[in-house]
Amino acid sequence: MLGWLPLAVLVYDYFANRLTINPIQEIEQRLGRIAIYWLVAALAVTPLYTLTGWRDLPNRRRATGLYAFLYTCLHVLVFMGLDYGFYFSQIFSLILGKVYLWVGAAAVLLLIPLAVTSFDYFIRKMGKNWKRLHWLVYPAAVTAVLHYALAQKGDLFTLRGHVLKPFLWLLLTLFLLFLRIPPVRRWVSGRRRRLTAWLRRRPANAQPVDIEKKPANEESL
Amino acid sequence: MEHNLKHIEVPSSEITPESLYLSRRDFLKAAGIVSASAFLAACGVASPSVAATPGGPTTVPGWSPVLPTPSAKVPDDAANGTTDELGNPLNTLTDITNYNNYYEFSEDKQEPALLSKNFKTTPWSVTVGGLVSHPKTYTLDDLLKFQQKERIYRLRCVEAWSMVIPWTGFELNLLLNDVQPLSSAKYVAFTTIMDPSQMPGEAGLLYPWPYTEGLRLDEAMHRLTILATGLYGHPLPNVDGAPIRLVVPWKYGFKSIKAIVKIDLTDTQPTTFWNTISPDEYGFYSNVNPNVDHPRWSQATERRIGEVSRRATLMFNGYYDEVASLYTGMDLRANY
Repeated sequence: MLGWLPLAVLVYDYFANRLTINPIQEIEQRLGRIAIYWLVAALAVTPLYTLTGWRDLPNRRRATGLYAFLYTCLHVLVFMGLDYGFYFSQIFSLILGKVYLWVGAAAVLLLIPLAVTSFDYFIRKMGKNWKRLHWLVYPAAVTAVLHYALAQKGDLFTLRGHVLKPFLWLLLTLFLLFLRIPPVRRWVSGRRRRLTAWLRRRPANAQPVDIEKKPANEESL
Repeated sequence: MEHNLKHIEVPSSEITPESLYLSRRDFLKAAGIVSASAFLAACGVASPSVAATPGGPTTVPGWSPVLPTPSAKVPDDAANGTTDELGNPLNTLTDITNYNNYYEFSEDKQEPALLSKNFKTTPWSVTVGGLVSHPKTYTLDDLLKFQQKERIYRLRCVEAWSMVIPWTGFELNLLLNDVQPLSSAKYVAFTTIMDPSQMPGEAGLLYPWPYTEGLRLDEAMHRLTILATGLYGHPLPNVDGAPIRLVVPWKYGFKSIKAIVKIDLTDTQPTTFWNTISPDEYGFYSNVNPNVDHPRWSQATERRIGEVSRRATLMFNGYYDEVASLYTGMDLRANY
């Protein structure tokens, strides 16, 4: 339910006239940012689980990813409909001509198969391949954040101009990707017991969780 | 009589209803502040000897006065004060004072309105120097003595949104003639005040503060190029670059530098803020040009604030007849 909150706030802001005097751009950009927040949150679920062992987390991963897809779709719809009035010839020539739009379009195309196969039916049917396919969420997140950075005034690569926020999101995304490298992951889960014990200030052996033996569909997105 | 303008004291928080603004404007007219036709006629008489050099900077002989670059028409004090010369309605004062880029205060478009509220604009002085015969520091009062006029200009942001704004101000060529550029002067460089204690954005590490901008001398002498000291008939709001800013209506908005404290005439092309950040994307010229895209996004269309559909962007922002001669023979794709 938390996932609908940003949309509710957006609708409220629309009626409260709080979307600046350039509301179409504000709606479009805000939806894009929210999509990225959810996408990065989806990436963070497994590392957070590795870190904390909080068993409720993997159950929320699917919803998190689907919210990312929802806001991505809304962002694309607003871009095509509100911003460019579904004037497709112009939209396609724009997308072909501009790198930030290729990158954005790539992110959308990568997310579509993930959203389609998010039902239990596909998880069961695809087995190991489901996990392989859903690894695509990493390139999707990286391209989405790149798309965000490339739409700003400034240079992401020399770190000059209006690029600090997208740069930090890119760092976070790459860090989450780094945490999935097997040796890193093993190291983190090895430290987890001590860490959770320290966090909760009670013995951690009450409910040992062996993360390496989880079923494939819970283990990774 | 120019002084009338600064005596119109309006708190920056007050929003002027259009009807009030119009009556104030009528008052200014009645008081004889501006007589556009008389001024144009005077120019026409005086200007036959000096013509703009197409494609190159106008050279300035010694200390003799430089005449403004001739132009076909200048939308001086347009007869109908509710639209620009193309019939586009003005944006409201609320639009103009609540949505803009002013990176010295914030990277956000709405925060500068709040963060600039207590910005100190008095005392203020502008130092004009470099390659001139008579370098001089002007107080704001000095600057308000130049003939103040109203100019309704379209402002096209490089981010593809635009507004129509009724500025008051004076032609930059009046100031430049006052200091008498040397013949070696080819460019004009502008610098914004550097005061991170008042402008939090200037503490940001990702930008080459202070903000700088530049024009070729003939662009600076052009009659459309003004230093704005007000808008909608009252002093320039802090958020729009008070107390004095440049307005070059045929260039992208970022060329129109705000809160100017220094103007230098130079013989080399000045470094400019956005060009330093991203040289491939923000050229020295930065003329509005629907045919030359920003490397990362299209410049073919724009959204006029207050409208839903996009509009086609006009060559030189609709000032083609007035300014095209400045760029005769130049490759506008190479000189973006």
